[in-house]
Amino acid sequence: MNISVVSLLLYLILGPFAGGLLAGIDRKITARMQGRKGPSVLQPFYDLYKLFNKQSVVVNDLQDFLVAGFLVFIIFTGCLFFSGGDLLLVFFALTLAGIFFVMSACSASSPYGSMASQRELMQMMAYEPMVLLVAIGFYIVTGSFAVKDIIHFSNIPAVAYMPGIYLGFLWVLVIKFRKSPFDLSTTHHAHQEMVKGLTTELSGNILALVEVSHWYENVFLLGVVGLFFATSDWWSAIVVIVTVAISYFLEILVDNVFPRVKWDFMLKSTWIVTLVAGVINLMVISLIKLR
Amino acid sequence: MLKVSKSPWLLHYDGSSCNGCDIEVLACLTPLYDVERFGIINTGNPKHADIFLITGGINKQNESVVKQIYSQMPNPKVVVAVGICACNGGVFKDCYNIMGGVDKVIPVDIYVPGCAARPESIMDGVVKAIALLDEKRKSVGKEAAE
Repeated sequence: MNISVVSLLLYLILGPFAGGLLAGIDRKITARMQGRKGPSVLQPFYDLYKLFNKQSVVVNDLQDFLVAGFLVFIIFTGCLFFSGGDLLLVFFALTLAGIFFVMSACSASSPYGSMASQRELMQMMAYEPMVLLVAIGFYIVTGSFAVKDIIHFSNIPAVAYMPGIYLGFLWVLVIKFRKSPFDLSTTHHAHQEMVKGLTTELSGNILALVEVSHWYENVFLLGVVGLFFATSDWWSAIVVIVTVAISYFLEILVDNVFPRVKWDFMLKSTWIVTLVAGVINLMVISLIKLR
Repeated sequence: MLKVSKSPWLLHYDGSSCNGCDIEVLACLTPLYDVERFGIINTGNPKHADIFLITGGINKQNESVVKQIYSQMPNPKVVVAVGICACNGGVFKDCYNIMGGVDKVIPVDIYVPGCAARPESIMDGVVKAIALLDEKRKSVGKEAAE
């Protein structure tokens, strides 16, 4: 079987398990950082089982459809990525999935849902330029948007050419993972504002679908982190796993250290980071390539 | 073993409490007691909650609020009355504005008396509520099958 088909199937089947386990490890590490014992590593799976067994209070049918769209397009995004597809298409599919999620929160006439969907749009506005720069950066370095060509580009990992873009992407990941300084629209923490933001009106199995989508999404995003370190050598898999683990740990650390900020600070700081780390890095590598 | 009770999410509502019990409820979340080790999350959203934890007695103003929150919670759900005021009105029982304990408006499953209820007894009540969740889950399943 083709390697891209194998990795696609692995993502489809193991994606939610890996994502759930990551969430469990996240909660455990967070608890330890706060001096608590913390729940079991399998806690996210218990939560999921509980949600599937709860009565589902359906606000409207449209909302369920939109949440299903969110799940489908997140899986589509990840499948495209792990089968070695076009990075631009991957990020556009990710945006589409995000819009589905925003629309689902918007569709219920709840003040918390609408406020959260506005904030989520603001977050998308903040992270989208950086995400596009990642795709463009990979293209300028390797000459291709296709993930499989990027991996087989050379023995030097892409991060050597674009450390700035990598740092910018880590910054943006804080928003994507819904981690503390930038978890404006919804959060996994107990200290929420606006009730629960985007998921306020969701309950039971529909909320469970959102959880599964987030797990798929997180695994895909960590895959993008891995792409920065991946080379055609076999041992680069070990490097990828280690660097992805370190990056994820950094995100948890940031989550626990910084308090939530207001949306204007998030937007400004993210765009400044995009400009300074992303664009300057891009200009430098284009200059090197010109020579 | 997967059980509904492995992930009880909690909603805390302050009826007309003096905040004594509320502080003790929040104390359960601190590193010393850490209820999250049982998978308990303080949600603040009735649609996500399994356990409805109420402090303080019921008066005319919060009667409708308590009823609405209770009706918004999806089944199976458990109600825990924390503190003597939530149990039967406590020292405010004879006040003209107090209707009495939480059970005057919604069915209460677990009573946790005390003024203020200590974190240990609150956790004891919540653990009892967790056991009830599984039983209720079974009966909800039966109703659905019928």
